Amino acid sequence: MDMVNIKINGIEVSVPQGSTILEAARYAGIEIPTLCYLKKINAIGACRICVVEVKGARSLVAACVYPVNEGMEVFTNTPAVRSSRKMTLELILSNHDKKCLSCVRSGSCELQKLCNDYGVDETKFEGAVTPSEIDDSAAHLVRNNKKCILCRRCVAACREQYVSVIGANARGFDTNIGCSFEKKLAEVPCISCGQCIVACPTGALTEKDQIDEVFAAIADPKKYVVVHTAPSIRVTLGESFGMPIGTNVEGKMVAALRRLGFDKVFDTDFGADLTIMEEANEFLDRVKNGGTLPMITSCSPGWVKFAEIYYPEFIPNLSTCKSPQQMEGATIKTWYAQKNGIDPKDIVCVSIMPCTAKKFEVKRDDQSAAGVPDVDIALTTRELARMIERAGINFQLLPDEKFDSILGDSTGAGVIFGSSGGVMEAALRTAADVLEGKDLENVDYHEVRGMDDVKEATYHIGGMDVNVAVCSGLSNVAKLLDAVKAGEKNYHFIEIMCCPGGCINGGGQPIQPASVRNFVDVKGLRSKAIYEADANMPIRKSHQSPAIKVVYDEFFGEPGSHKAHECLHTSYVAREKY
Amino acid sequence: MQKRISTLPFNGTAEQKSRLDAVIAEHKSQRGAVMPVLQAAQEIYGYLPIEVQEMIAEGLGVSLEEVYGVSTFYSQFALSPKGKYNISVCLGTACYVKGSGDLLDKLVEELKIQPEECTSDGMFSLTACRCIGACGLAPVLTVNDDVYGRLVPKDIPGIIAKYRQ
Amino acid sequence: MESLTINSLSELQEIKAREYVHVAMRKSADEAKKYEGQTYRKNVLICGGTGCTSSSSELLISTMKDELKKKGIDNEINVVRTGCFGLCALGPIMIVYPEGSFYSRVKVEDIPRIVEEHLVNGNVVKDLLYDETVDGDNIKSLNETAFYAKQKRVALRNCGVINPEDIKEYIAVDGYKALNKVLTEMSTTEVIETVKASGLRGRGGGGFPTGLKWQFAAANQADQKYVCCNADEGDPGAFMDRSVLEGDPHAVLEAMAIAGYAIGATQGYIYVRAEYPIAVKRLQIAIKQAREYGMLGKNIFGTGFNFDIELRLGAGAFVCGEETALMTSIEGKRGEPRPRPPFPAVKGLFGKPTILNNVESYANIPRIILNGAEWFASMGTEKAKGTKVFALGGKIKHTGLVEIPMGTTLREVVEEIGGGIPNGKKFKAAQTGGPSGGCIPMEHFDIPLDYDNLISIGSMVGSGGLIIMDEDSCMVDIAKFFLEFTVDESCGKCTPCRIGTRRLLEILEKITSGNGTLEDIDKLEELCYYIKNNSLCGLGQTAPNPILSTLRYFRDEYVAHVVDKKCPAGVCKDLLSYTIDADKCKGCTACARKCPVGAISGSVKNPHTIDASKCIKCGACMATCKFGAISKQ
Repeated sequence: MDMVNIKINGIEVSVPQGSTILEAARYAGIEIPTLCYLKKINAIGACRICVVEVKGARSLVAACVYPVNEGMEVFTNTPAVRSSRKMTLELILSNHDKKCLSCVRSGSCELQKLCNDYGVDETKFEGAVTPSEIDDSAAHLVRNNKKCILCRRCVAACREQYVSVIGANARGFDTNIGCSFEKKLAEVPCISCGQCIVACPTGALTEKDQIDEVFAAIADPKKYVVVHTAPSIRVTLGESFGMPIGTNVEGKMVAALRRLGFDKVFDTDFGADLTIMEEANEFLDRVKNGGTLPMITSCSPGWVKFAEIYYPEFIPNLSTCKSPQQMEGATIKTWYAQKNGIDPKDIVCVSIMPCTAKKFEVKRDDQSAAGVPDVDIALTTRELARMIERAGINFQLLPDEKFDSILGDSTGAGVIFGSSGGVMEAALRTAADVLEGKDLENVDYHEVRGMDDVKEATYHIGGMDVNVAVCSGLSNVAKLLDAVKAGEKNYHFIEIMCCPGGCINGGGQPIQPASVRNFVDVKGLRSKAIYEADANMPIRKSHQSPAIKVVYDEFFGEPGSHKAHECLHTSYVAREKY
Repeated sequence: MQKRISTLPFNGTAEQKSRLDAVIAEHKSQRGAVMPVLQAAQEIYGYLPIEVQEMIAEGLGVSLEEVYGVSTFYSQFALSPKGKYNISVCLGTACYVKGSGDLLDKLVEELKIQPEECTSDGMFSLTACRCIGACGLAPVLTVNDDVYGRLVPKDIPGIIAKYRQ
Repeated sequence: MESLTINSLSELQEIKAREYVHVAMRKSADEAKKYEGQTYRKNVLICGGTGCTSSSSELLISTMKDELKKKGIDNEINVVRTGCFGLCALGPIMIVYPEGSFYSRVKVEDIPRIVEEHLVNGNVVKDLLYDETVDGDNIKSLNETAFYAKQKRVALRNCGVINPEDIKEYIAVDGYKALNKVLTEMSTTEVIETVKASGLRGRGGGGFPTGLKWQFAAANQADQKYVCCNADEGDPGAFMDRSVLEGDPHAVLEAMAIAGYAIGATQGYIYVRAEYPIAVKRLQIAIKQAREYGMLGKNIFGTGFNFDIELRLGAGAFVCGEETALMTSIEGKRGEPRPRPPFPAVKGLFGKPTILNNVESYANIPRIILNGAEWFASMGTEKAKGTKVFALGGKIKHTGLVEIPMGTTLREVVEEIGGGIPNGKKFKAAQTGGPSGGCIPMEHFDIPLDYDNLISIGSMVGSGGLIIMDEDSCMVDIAKFFLEFTVDESCGKCTPCRIGTRRLLEILEKITSGNGTLEDIDKLEELCYYIKNNSLCGLGQTAPNPILSTLRYFRDEYVAHVVDKKCPAGVCKDLLSYTIDADKCKGCTACARKCPVGAISGSVKNPHTIDASKCIKCGACMATCKFGAISKQ
């Protein structure tokens, strides 16, 4: 790699050619603050908080987009730089509601941190504010533009997710982020992925908070409140309590949920194993009986909604399996309720999800196996963290506890659902055994792992070549589907996850500030923890789970049975774009 | 200024639609087609309501929000219809120095509408525009394509009356 | 249909020779003599620029043609609709050649007289001529008048001379000869070196050396490059680019083709304001004709060089005059600027190497190629060569377009070319560079106008708007006016410009409404320097200039507003008070009857008084009083 030599604050560093000043400064151990910059997603040089002095330049330059060149001398900590950054913050605050005390992002807000760092006078500039109204129309999020700093990270994230339902409207001081024709988010073809929320540096975008509903249910003696946690939560929740990215906190998480007062603490991983049973069976059935191929996974509600709106021609390709969240809930409200003599109407099923689209999914039609919704409330990882905080539980000091059996019992195949490629790998583990008629030793399908946009592989199983693809991030998905439609690609089975990298990077996960996201491979670290959890499991194939055996023996019969269809499968509808 | 979105019902004709379809087809393969198509659509419909922008978004394969974002960025794109006569007062330097602000005030008073609004009978709409280059005639205003120069506020009622007939 | 394609220099020269016969009389009396009998008896040129079209020049043209027909001399008289003559204040304008009689503010009802007396009987209608061309019995030619005498027309050479809708007239005045020359005689390097040696600098505002820009783009290898023309002239008060496009569109097309050859581009884009319908129409016609004659398209002059031009219309966003915003806009997006680097020469339109020059810069190019770099460099100052077109406006007798050698002093422009300040008022300041520029006060009245001089005194040439202000102009109000413009036109992308300019305007409003403090002036200044230093693009970086320059030269006016709560020029309404001089007041009651709010009281034949608490400062009383008894302070 060609290197260039530059001086930052007098420190000589040699950095790869093409680096920005922001990147180069890291080599010199110098932090430059950012707000609008988000690596690989948003590089527009708009907020001006990262300005630095470059010797010979007419004005200050934006470090996030300014490339270094040989011999460049940069100063990141001069009086001019500090006073400029301070004034930028003061101007932003003059058009901001400054209600930090009640803001859910207080403490994790990038703007708040910088204001603190630079000692701003929050009333230096007072004047007109851009008029805005709170939009809480959607099931999954709330937009409060009074906290918006127009960094446009959400717009870029939405564009990365293909749908571009939000963008900058109007001009100048009136510029605001919103939907076409000032519509509410619920009225536009948003797929509820929440990538905009995790991109937001402030509290302008937040998940729709439902923790009061959960606390109320727990406090209600007539309610039997059950919780289950998605595969990825165990490797991300710790971040909310200051633990390193990729720390597996399964035991503490379970302990915390018990202390919160849930009657039962189950694991969505069981639901994931169940999904594999049904989905592998459905796949084999489609292959054998000439069903629609490629079959495409349906675990990701953002992806499902995307297909319904943008690619309705692929609805027949979608697996009819409910997602693990819904299968878990359906099993709780049918088999578990029956077995324990509880009226499903008295059960409140809460799920902890990496995902904001799950809040939409619980409200979908054809998701009520027992005549009541399979899942009542879907909370994000962030909401769970807030519940734990509010309940005064010291997370770090908690002991490790185990999920309740048997709906908390699972396999390695269940836990890898949390990362892109995991569903495919779990399905392959089961399908291969079924087709080969034996317990295959190899359970690792490395080709479908990792954080690439698209992963393809062909496996020779049971006498046939199975072409599979794994894709995450909806821009990538759109390209893949176009290629399938054009006949350029010929797959049997596709795993699609809405969020880039899968659920570990879901819109409901703890928010890592840009200062971390720009320099640390967050997705990679979380994914690594998922596969470590898998490797440590005694059973790594869904069909070998004793718990799965029990529910089929006692209730569902066999995969694809009439009962299974009633409880564990669903249907889809094409949705209007406009 | 936020643009006013029309609340009037859309009554585009089949003929207008076929013209827009032709424009979209012509520009579909062109790079950066959104603006020329919006301009042509405004020629056809007089303004750019949601129904028209949806056709453009769908036809050019871009999101409706992107089209809308463009239409709200440029001052010439209208989201609500213009009056039969659009009165535009130049607020360029030369005109401003020579009192075009007073002309605008007088128009607001006479028409009882604010800039960017249309009278309820659909006859007049009012805009303030930047320099139209007729600085030698300052202060000027235009009524559709007619230009009036060297005006004083008391000329305004006469100009309005001329078009009211 | 017969092919019109011109394949060689000799074919071009053939057309030139044939067509020149008809335009020769517009050059000089001697030229007129040479071709007497071979062409029309007279040429009647009527301005079809925006200014004159606004004052009904189209009707003049049609009336003139009807009248000529009536008299049966329509075959003898060539009526030509030209572009702008520059003297817009005198429009509509008509010139009759070969004598060069300059009729100003022509009315439709004057046409029969002009036809009968002048065109039929050969007697110039003296009382309809522009008064400055009449000197007793003598009639001066236009070039002898004060307005034109000091001008040097290079960019505007063909404006008001040829019919812009006829490529043949352009060819008659050596049009497309420069393109032929570069394609057949010059290497791309020679073209770039010539432009560099001419010293031509960007006429759109920045003043960046044009040749250097071309050289950078030429040096970058790419499968596609673009040549763009910035015709999004948005500075309030500037209209030289529009005049060139309306009067001489082919000059721009020719120059763009030359640029395309120089940098290795085959596609050009002209981004023109949609507010310029006449310019757009003439460009459309010109592009069509240029394609018909093979001056655009494939294999130009049979040399294998391909170049075509697409017209893109702006839609009302001043920021699109900024180069990266303009390209973003051509790409069909919100016209928001992008950070530089990468510069357009490396990564411009659609991510390809691109050059962008403004209309006036291009208009100079064909002449530089034909007359040589030395010729161009012989005009102007050491660091600024050639001429610059200024749009002279405001409180000045001759408003209009003037093209002067770089280095002409402001005094010459105002007093000689512009004819001074009307109504006996005193010069206070000149505003240059529009919302990006600043004010030139009396103390710099003798400054030679060029890029560096203006920068050094806190203003800039900009696109060439030159607004003259007299003692009745409030400099705080002027600054506020420009900030209103900038706030309105800020794209909203970067924080300093989006919020900062709004806060500047709010502070100015506070000051002009009498609520300002001395601390506000300091805050204003601090914020100005911050915005200048931190904004993403040129629009934001220069937005504070109108404030900074008025603070620099007229700080006392700001102080008067905040300390004395007075507007010295009597402009800021909130700070005005109207009083009636009891000695002069006759008690006629006219003012009291006129006052819309009943603030004036007094009995008949007794002096009246104004109740300041009721007064809305509309000025109606003062305008009504016949005795000059009412004054404002």
